[in-house]
Amino acid sequence: MTELLVGTRKGLFVLEGEPGGPFEVEARAFAGQSVEYATRDPRSGRYLASVTSWFYGPKVWVADDPAGEWEQGAGLALPEGSEGKLERIWVIAPGEQEGLVYAGGDPGVLFESRDGGLTWKLNAGLWEHETRSRWQPGNGGLCLHTIVPWPGDPNRLLVAISAVGVWLSDDGGKTWRHSNTGIVPDYVPEEARDNPIQHCVHHVRRSGSRPERLFMQFHGGVYRSDDAGATWIDVGEGLPSDFGFPIAVDPADPDSAFVIPLVGAEDRTTPGGTVEVWETRDGGASWSARGDGLPRESAYLTVLREAFDAAGSGSTLELYFGATSGDVFGSGDAGQSWVTTATHLPPVYSVRVA
Amino acid sequence: MMAGMATVILRAPLSELCGGRTHALPGDTVGAVLAALEAAHPAVSGWILDERSRLREHVNVFVNGGRGDERTRVSDGDRVHVLPAITGG
Repeated sequence: MTELLVGTRKGLFVLEGEPGGPFEVEARAFAGQSVEYATRDPRSGRYLASVTSWFYGPKVWVADDPAGEWEQGAGLALPEGSEGKLERIWVIAPGEQEGLVYAGGDPGVLFESRDGGLTWKLNAGLWEHETRSRWQPGNGGLCLHTIVPWPGDPNRLLVAISAVGVWLSDDGGKTWRHSNTGIVPDYVPEEARDNPIQHCVHHVRRSGSRPERLFMQFHGGVYRSDDAGATWIDVGEGLPSDFGFPIAVDPADPDSAFVIPLVGAEDRTTPGGTVEVWETRDGGASWSARGDGLPRESAYLTVLREAFDAAGSGSTLELYFGATSGDVFGSGDAGQSWVTTATHLPPVYSVRVA
Repeated sequence: MMAGMATVILRAPLSELCGGRTHALPGDTVGAVLAALEAAHPAVSGWILDERSRLREHVNVFVNGGRGDERTRVSDGDRVHVLPAITGG
């Protein structure tokens, strides 16, 4: 049995089912509120959810049972006297120390918790970075949406901010350096591309078996890094579009990546009304469509950056993604075949395998 | 004194409305140059500048590679790129 946490514009949905089959809604929480992201900490088994109330702002909540009581995390706010305010928490990620959890949000902020998400502290190294005044938001805001720890090493961390780019730390987040070498922001004129922090990264995933290997879905481009994010290589050739939001990997195969191409620029829907996941098993040298069981015509879906996740590995790799149409699709055989996992949900913001 | 001629560089769909990617236009500010673009190509009126003659929120302008707005000064030979912002986040 697999459990999915689906964050939507109208609450958190907990789905359960067998891989390759339809899932049932087992629980719903935060009805009527935007749930940007929800995840389960594998160490404690506790659930964490990022919820933005239209009235009362962004919060992180923690629970042992998603159908039970949720406890509000404390300390998620910008320092007193700041010009702006915390707009939203985009992502939550367990760290590599007991109790360590990260949360990333808008305006380009990283929070750290040492007690599993109950109390939070702003990461000062990123907040006070000397380049911050030059950071520009994307239309989704100045969102820190990707947090990628290094397996087993709490000192090494990658985060990504739209539309600033990739940031790396080797000292547990005390200091940060940008790392966008090789990424081409073709949305600015060539003569303006020497600015090293104007990169609209959409999502980054790290290989579980080769941590220095990363894949990135960029705002126009799919990239690979073989040196822990120091440099990036364009591997988007062969895709029907190199625009998209999420990216997934098979943790056991460092040459694997899965993307969901969308028409770029203003459209941001599945090309030609056909829904396909595209897979590489050779590090991006070639790509193949995986659409058996997915809508083939008149399906103009948008899949957001946190709405695609994988679990397991190899031939039984499970893949799940949700669309703003309220549909969730799943595969229990590494993308060879797909089923409609759930439908008629509110617009889907995030999908995580619990 | 005659204003200089700047080169405005467009991408689709603006280039399609104006019949080409590059346009030599007079004006001493970005706003004046873009007003000249609108005068020469009425089909683009309202696409880049709003009713207040301000740049639309999700349109970016670069003058010789540096970000600008409707008030940015331009000189003869300057290159004014007009691009959609990276909307979508």
